[in-house]
Amino acid sequence: MVSPRKENQIDMDKETQRFRRKKFIKYLLIHAVIIGCAVVCVYPLLRIFSISIRPGDRVISTDLSLIPDGAGFAAYLRLLKDTMFLRWLWNSLLITVATSFIGVSLASTAAYAFSRFRFPGKKAGLILLLSTQMIPAGMLILPLFLMIMKLGLMNTYLGMIIAYSVSSLPFSIWILKGYYDTIPRSLEEAALVDGTSQVGAFWRIILPLSTPALSIAFLFNFTTAWNEYLVARVVLFSAKQYTWTLGLFELQGQFITQWGMFAAGSMLVTVPVLAVFLYSSKWLVSGLTLGSVKG
Amino acid sequence: MAEVRFSKITKKYGDNVILNGIDVEIKDHEFVVMVGPSGCGKTTLLRMLAGLEEITSGDIHIDEVLVNNMHPSKRQIAMVFQDYALYPHMTVEENMSFALRLMKRPKSEITARVHEAASILQLTKLLKRMPKQLSGGQRQRVAIGRAIVRKPKVFLFDEPLSNLDAKLREEMRVEIAKLYQRLNATILYVTHDQVEAMTLAGRIVVMNQGVVQQVGTPIEVYRKPDNLFVAGFIGSPTMNFLHGKIAAEENALVFKNESLSLRVPEFLLPGGASNAGREVVLGVRPDDVLVGADARENASERIDGILEVSELLGHRENLYIKAGENRILATVEAFFNQSPGSKVPVRFNYPNMHVFDKKTEQRINK
Repeated sequence: MVSPRKENQIDMDKETQRFRRKKFIKYLLIHAVIIGCAVVCVYPLLRIFSISIRPGDRVISTDLSLIPDGAGFAAYLRLLKDTMFLRWLWNSLLITVATSFIGVSLASTAAYAFSRFRFPGKKAGLILLLSTQMIPAGMLILPLFLMIMKLGLMNTYLGMIIAYSVSSLPFSIWILKGYYDTIPRSLEEAALVDGTSQVGAFWRIILPLSTPALSIAFLFNFTTAWNEYLVARVVLFSAKQYTWTLGLFELQGQFITQWGMFAAGSMLVTVPVLAVFLYSSKWLVSGLTLGSVKG
Repeated sequence: MAEVRFSKITKKYGDNVILNGIDVEIKDHEFVVMVGPSGCGKTTLLRMLAGLEEITSGDIHIDEVLVNNMHPSKRQIAMVFQDYALYPHMTVEENMSFALRLMKRPKSEITARVHEAASILQLTKLLKRMPKQLSGGQRQRVAIGRAIVRKPKVFLFDEPLSNLDAKLREEMRVEIAKLYQRLNATILYVTHDQVEAMTLAGRIVVMNQGVVQQVGTPIEVYRKPDNLFVAGFIGSPTMNFLHGKIAAEENALVFKNESLSLRVPEFLLPGGASNAGREVVLGVRPDDVLVGADARENASERIDGILEVSELLGHRENLYIKAGENRILATVEAFFNQSPGSKVPVRFNYPNMHVFDKKTEQRINK
C-alpha cells in the first residue's frame, strides 16, 4: 500500500511534469510563429540579393538557388559606373539627414510646449496634429505641390526638405510629448532653483533624458524621407536632382527593365538605413531616468 | 543666512482658494516646520517662496528684498524635493556641483565645496556613482548635499522624508537635526508628519485649508492648541474630545452630555457662571487620562468606564474605554492587565485639559 505522503509526492511529480510539458509546447509555438515571421521578412531580401548577383542573362530565371552559377557583382559595377546612382544616393542622403535634424528639432521644442505649458488651443492643437495623420498621404500631394511651387522651390533640395519635415512633424511631436510627460517636473524645477532658465532646463535636463524618444523620432523621420517616392515624383523633375527612389525607376524602360541593376540598387540603399539603425540602437535604451526620483 | 516674511499671501486657481491671507515671519537661523494635512497649501507656500509657483496676491520678502517676481535662481534659496529630483544622467558629484558650474565658479572652489558637503553627509565614496546606483537614503542625502554646496540664504525642504521607510526616516530625521545644528541655517521645512514637526522645529506653523491655524514652539502648540483642529492634529495618539454643555449646579460649573456629568474647575472656564448653557468640547490627551488605581483617588471626579480593547505597544499600552456614549483613549504604562469588558475607573488630569467653544472651535481656557 502507498502511504498518503508518497501518494502526495507522486501527484506533485505528475503536476510538475504536466507544467513542464505545457511550458515546452508554449515555447515551441512561440518560436514557430517568430521563425515563420522572420522567414517572411528575410526571404524577399535574400531573393533581391540573389537577383543582384546573377549574371545579366539569367535575371528572370526561375532558379531558386540563393547564389546562382556565375554569380558576381557586375550589376553593382554597372549601376555605379553607367548611371547617376551615387548622385541620387547623395541627394537622398542630404535631403534625409537635413529633414531628420530639422524635423526632430522642431518637434522636440513643440512637444515640450505641449507637454509643459498651459495655453489656449493646446488640446485642439494636439487633436489637429493627430488628425493630419489620418489623411492618406496621397491626398496631401496636391496642396504640397501648390505650396512648394508658390514658394518657388520646385526641383530643389529645400523644397523637398520642407515637404518632408512638415509631414512627419505631427508623429514626432506626439512621440516626444508622450515621453516628456513621463519625465518628472521636479527635475526641471530643481534645475530652475539651481540657476538655469526654462530653456536651459530643457537643454541640459530634458533633452539628454529624452534620447530614446529623440532617436525614435529621428529614425521615423529618416526612414520616411529615405523611402519616399510620391512627393519626390511631384517636386523633382531633373535627373540630377533625383533621389534614389526616382533614380531607380529610371532603370525601368518601356520594353526592358534592368532587374539586375534594380536589385543591386535596392541592396545598396539599405546600407545607410541599416547604419543609422545600428548607431541609434544605443540611444534607444529606455530607463535612463531610473533613480532620479522615488519610484 | 536670512529672514523670510510672507505678507497676506493668497493663492487662487479660478474660484478655488488654496491659500488665504498667510502672514508668517521666519527669523534668521530659525528652523520652521509647516505642518498640516494633505491639500492644506503648505507645499504651495513653499513653492511660492522658491519661485516655482505664482503668487495671486501678497508679498514675499527674503532679507527685506521683495522676491515676488524674482527668478528662482536669483533668490539664493536651495530646495530639497520630496522625490529627490536628482539629475539621472549626472553622477553624484555632477549633481552636487551643477549649480556651482552654472555660476561659473572656479574648478578648485567647486571641488572643495562638493567634497566638504560630501564629507558632512558621508557621500565621499559615492561621488562617482549615478543616482540609480544609490539607495533611497543615499539619494536623499545627495539631494541635501546639492542644497548645501550652494550655501544658500534659506533651505527649503518639501516633505523630504515621506518617501523613506520608517526606520530610515527616523535616521534621516536625526541627520537633518544634526545638520541644522552644524549649518545653523534658516530652514523652512514642510511635512504632514507631526512627529517630524515636533522633533525638528524651532517653531511650528500649523495649517489647514489654506489658513494658518497656529504658530508657536512645538511645546506651545502641543500644550496650548489654539483651536480644535490644532488639538486634533498635533499629538499622537489623537486627543480625546467630549462634546457637551456647561451647566451651573450648586455654585459649581458642570460639563454635561447624555452619559457624563463632570465638575469643571474654574481655571478651565474663565468667566465662571457666564459660561452656563455654552456648548463646549473638552479635550484630553490620552496621556492625561488616568485609569485604574490612579483614578480611584478622587471619587467625585471619577467616571465608570468599560475597557473595550487594549493595545500593547511595548513600554506603553493604549486602552480604548467606553463611558456611556463617550469613547475615551488612555495611554498608560504597559501591562495594565485587565481583560476587555472589565470595568475600569477613569479620571482626567484637569490641569492639562483643554476646553473649546463648539461653535467657534476656539480655545476657551488660556
